[in-house]
Amino acid sequence: AGLSDISISQDIPIEGEITIPVRSRIRESDSSTLNESVRNTIMRDLKAVGKKFMHVLYPRKSNTLLRDWDLWGPLILCVTLALMLQRGSVDGEKDGGPQFAEVFVIVWFGAVTITLNSKLLGGNISFFQSLCVLGYCILPLTVAMLVCRLVLLAEPGPVNFMVRLFVVIVMFVWSIVASTAFLADSQPPNRKALAVYPVFLFYFVISWMILTFTPQ
Amino acid sequence: MAAADGLAFHEFEEATNLLAETPDAATTSKSDQLTPQGHVVVAVGSGGSYGVEEEVEEEGDKTALLQEEKPQPGFWTFSYYQSFFDVDTSQVLDRIKGSLLPRPGYNFVRHHLRNRPDLYETRHIHLPWEHWARDLDCNLLAGPFWICATLAFVLAVTGNLTLVLAQRRDPSVHYSPQFHKVTVAGITIYCYAWLVPLALWGFLRWRKGVRERMGPYTFLETVCIYGYSLFIFIPTVVLWLIPVPWLQWLFGALALALSAAGLVFTLWPVVREDTRLVAAVLLSAVVVLHALLAMGCKLYFFQPLPPEHVVPPSKATALPPNILLTPTMSRSMATS
Repeated sequence: AGLSDISISQDIPIEGEITIPVRSRIRESDSSTLNESVRNTIMRDLKAVGKKFMHVLYPRKSNTLLRDWDLWGPLILCVTLALMLQRGSVDGEKDGGPQFAEVFVIVWFGAVTITLNSKLLGGNISFFQSLCVLGYCILPLTVAMLVCRLVLLAEPGPVNFMVRLFVVIVMFVWSIVASTAFLADSQPPNRKALAVYPVFLFYFVISWMILTFTPQ
Repeated sequence: MAAADGLAFHEFEEATNLLAETPDAATTSKSDQLTPQGHVVVAVGSGGSYGVEEEVEEEGDKTALLQEEKPQPGFWTFSYYQSFFDVDTSQVLDRIKGSLLPRPGYNFVRHHLRNRPDLYETRHIHLPWEHWARDLDCNLLAGPFWICATLAFVLAVTGNLTLVLAQRRDPSVHYSPQFHKVTVAGITIYCYAWLVPLALWGFLRWRKGVRERMGPYTFLETVCIYGYSLFIFIPTVVLWLIPVPWLQWLFGALALALSAAGLVFTLWPVVREDTRLVAAVLLSAVVVLHALLAMGCKLYFFQPLPPEHVVPPSKATALPPNILLTPTMSRSMATS
């Protein structure tokens, strides 16, 4: 007797409230990141950066670098490298190593140019993902710079140079392998070499700057 | 079967019939869709025949009629620039090989607009450089850009290496990374590779009124030509590490000859119809500029020094051969 009496043509007023559970959950998490302590925020970002460093040091086929890209890591690495590479301001020598700004410009404009190149060649990787990968893969070369500075504290000589050369070459190869593991898959196979060669040139230039570093 | 074959042949004949009816029709080929405005239009008809062989003209017209029209994206869109990079590794390598070995008697510009290899190969005996010559269009902007970048860095790096080699033999030479040379090299090479083609293109366009047969190259094609002609200098610069002066000059002359020959052979068909004076002046100006670049690079980055002087720290050195023959005891890579 209940439902059979209802005819379709009548207007049936419907009232009520609709609550979407997802929205309230997001609202909760928004306020929680806003209210959490600064230490938590920084530690979360540092952990993300550290996780990506591990991915670079042990390159596997994983998407972590690409999925949650961030540019903190590249910034930290670039600033560290530029600080270590800059020539001292005391000496008046015209031709020395690169200045801080020159290293910075080379790293960032080089990365942007390579990204534009791979995008123009039709790669299916986004702009910032590519910048993220290229920046993070400078990590082996930064480690090489640290090692070189330590080695340069010892006495100069051909052994000194050979050790530095070996370290820089190993780290250079490591950088190339790590970055191509992430970047090469995004290109069609007939253009892989065209997209990988600029990466090779980029890391070669950075390696050259590290190898020719002479403390004043 | 027979009906399908009949249809296919019928379609083909129709195209030629259309063309026979309207011999004055101006047709465009596929490359025009991808290149910026101002590109050459193949004009079939009175006095405007593009090539000497009739079959070559027919192919170009059939090419135009058998393809669909594509609207060209505006220059402010990303896909416009993407069309310039629509290239495979093998094509770039082919083009580089072609630039290393320019072929004197062969006029590849005749086949400038043809990029339908299936139509083309059935008619002509295949010469090895036709692949490169055939699609000399602007798809290859990626090549010249990275060739210039490589050349700039190789110049700076090998210039620094000569200083290293000099210091190993003469410890009074003070080694320094000389990073400012990278900046100088980069600016020089890029200015040369973009401003000189700009001037050349402007000049050719100005003279366009004199010539009706064939339009000049577009700006980006001129840039491509210059970019690929600079490739020969990369191995030459590496070979300049050998500190034997006459060998360095020999390598330099060889690279200059090859590179300038490539440029001249590319430009010759465009300039040929002009007056002899203008053609000669233009070609010699191109060669002279190229020679100036080569000599400038050699002298700035690989400066030889007289051995008696006390070396000021800002110069790179290459010692004369007689000192090289005596091995020295000092091998220190002093990092003073």
